[in-house]
Amino acid sequence: MSQIHIKQGRIIDPANKINCVGNVYIAGGKVLSVTDQPADFTPDTVIDAQGQIVCPGFIDLSTRLREPGQSRKATFKSETIAAASAGVTTLCLQPDTSPVIDTPAVAELIKELAEKAGYPQIYPIAGLTRKLEGTELSSMLSLKQAGCIAVSNAHQSVKNLLILRRAMEYAASHDLLVMIRPNDYWLGNNGCAHEGAVATRYGLPGIPEEAETIALAQCLELVNLTGCRVHFGQLSCKRSVIKIYQAKKYGLKVSADVAIHQLHLTENDIIPFDSSYHVLPPFRTEVDMKYLRQGLASGTLNSICSDHQPHDIDAKLGAFPETEPGISSLETLLPLMLKLVAQRAITLEQGIASLSENPARVLHLKRGALTVGYAADVCVFDPDLEWQVNAGNWNSQGINTPFWGQTLKGRVTHTVQAGNVIYSLETSGQRALS
Amino acid sequence: MIDNIQLNSEGKLKHFLSIEGLNKGLLTEILDIAESFIGMNDQQIKKVPLLRGKTIVNLFFENSTRTRTTFELAAKRLSADVLSMSIATSSTSKGESLLDTIRNLEAMFVDMFVVRHAISGAAHFIAQHTAPHISVINAGDGQHAHPTQAMLDMFTIRQIKQDFSNLRVAIIGDILHSRVARSQIQALNTLGAAEVRVIAPKTLLPSHVESLGVNVSHDLTTGLKDIDVIIMLRLQKERMTSALLPSESEYFKCFGLTEDKLKIAKPDAIVMHPGPINRGVEIDSKVADGPQSVILKQVSNGIAIRMAVMAMAMQKQGAV
Repeated sequence: MSQIHIKQGRIIDPANKINCVGNVYIAGGKVLSVTDQPADFTPDTVIDAQGQIVCPGFIDLSTRLREPGQSRKATFKSETIAAASAGVTTLCLQPDTSPVIDTPAVAELIKELAEKAGYPQIYPIAGLTRKLEGTELSSMLSLKQAGCIAVSNAHQSVKNLLILRRAMEYAASHDLLVMIRPNDYWLGNNGCAHEGAVATRYGLPGIPEEAETIALAQCLELVNLTGCRVHFGQLSCKRSVIKIYQAKKYGLKVSADVAIHQLHLTENDIIPFDSSYHVLPPFRTEVDMKYLRQGLASGTLNSICSDHQPHDIDAKLGAFPETEPGISSLETLLPLMLKLVAQRAITLEQGIASLSENPARVLHLKRGALTVGYAADVCVFDPDLEWQVNAGNWNSQGINTPFWGQTLKGRVTHTVQAGNVIYSLETSGQRALS
Repeated sequence: MIDNIQLNSEGKLKHFLSIEGLNKGLLTEILDIAESFIGMNDQQIKKVPLLRGKTIVNLFFENSTRTRTTFELAAKRLSADVLSMSIATSSTSKGESLLDTIRNLEAMFVDMFVVRHAISGAAHFIAQHTAPHISVINAGDGQHAHPTQAMLDMFTIRQIKQDFSNLRVAIIGDILHSRVARSQIQALNTLGAAEVRVIAPKTLLPSHVESLGVNVSHDLTTGLKDIDVIIMLRLQKERMTSALLPSESEYFKCFGLTEDKLKIAKPDAIVMHPGPINRGVEIDSKVADGPQSVILKQVSNGIAIRMAVMAMAMQKQGAV
């Protein structure tokens, strides 16, 4: 394993409260030293990080790589390159694959696919219920032992609250984190857009914010009842932020994230019928977006996730309600986070923490920091480098992003995962050509 | 927001997808051109050669008798070759995608698609993806828009009331699911109606309905006061099974238009309905067939409006 010297970058490591220009030394796959040069250190790789930012590799709490089952949309090979090029060093995979991640065999298959893709730090999230059907508990303990980091029912709501209660109790017994995207199935009513002025004008079936807030309120009560550790993912509205704030104040063991695109887009952006903006939960109002940003700045929302959902072209080719929801979002994660910093919604330290330290804490992982002895997951990025979102600069198999064609600021130059350089911008051009 | 896709670089109508994005001048032009066609209905030879040599395909992904027939007649009176396809029972049920269906027909050198589809946004989608020389007319998409229906209603209103600026118009019934209502509201507001009022129980109104530019009432007896034009909407039977309403009879009791209730509106108020009507559900037969009803006039006017829109959309190709 190589010895790496990351030279003279601005190191921002929120967990260790470091923000200074200096060096990072890596050996044996671990962080050897930050700033101080260790004795007898002869690097075989030197990364010149002058003028760039060096931070912990990003941890994504909600990703879909589509395999197994939907390799026409994306593969481990394509998406792990996309992740590496985005500075993401740890991925948590939602269980709604085909077959569902609800048996140890599928969890092991995921691990195998990850190894084969040369990107081992992939954690499957197991199904909370068998086949995500919301009727029987999954074998959570066996799944945990097979490497699953949490349990979730993905987009499927558990309609029966008694089953949800039992699932949370059982998960709590094995100290498993439960991840929930709160959504009341019935109130959601097969909608495809925020129930508001835009959906009304365009005759689009609406999803009221209450589909989220009511489900969230129910879950919070069950957290209180069961003592289960719950992380709420991809929140979309003002009153969800308020509910999380109150729950934390009350002392519940909960955490929450927001998908990066929810911090930038609103219902108005879907006009008229642009399926690249079709996501779940739907983009809501300016006020909701403002609260999500404030929630992130105040720490009510712990982290940002990519909510990466690559699609094939056909999935987005149709009348808006008939298209599949989701955005291919790994590669725009960093520039969109930096845009929040440029717009003074959050500080750069907060932005980096929300992608590294904070999700690591949610997962109870010893990652997301440049702590000596930790696995060396490092992202080096140039905050000022502009690039256009186009085929030449894109690695994901899914080009379903509303940012296609736009010029964004901030680009990853190097990604180190457990001491291996898994991405370098300089050499990536050659790969794109080959 | 402006629906630029509907207009060509000279601001002329290219596609007719929704009322939104079209200004008062353009809507008035549609009405005026329709006016010039209306006389033809009484002529011996009901044909003009404006679209001779053009091929128009009626693509009906959803069943409809009246709309399809009037579009077909309109195309024939403009001397176009017209083909009507009910896709609800053909290609798409074999798994062919919407786009494939369109591409196949494009390959047959079509000049215009008239599209009816059960999903909101379908007409926009086709307009965005079809070859640049082809015009698309929306004959109703999901709950979004039905602009030719709205325009024929405007035409009928203008015929009788002349001017929109003093008119108070009530739209009654299932606004939530109605593409007709959405287009009517936009057209009435663009043409400068004094007031558009929607009257329905909350279950049949979309959220933020006021943002469409309407006043809201949940009571027919007070809601009809001072109204010049009453537009009744059709109530689908499914609304009962999806818990939006308790029963047809209760609906009729509250929102059905009877002779007594009609008296609350202005004495010269007209009664309209996009059809097909449910007698005894949203409207009493005596009203539907009564002297204030202009329901059949609407149907006749449908041909002229559709001729006008087709002719205008083909203008860019040298017609008219």
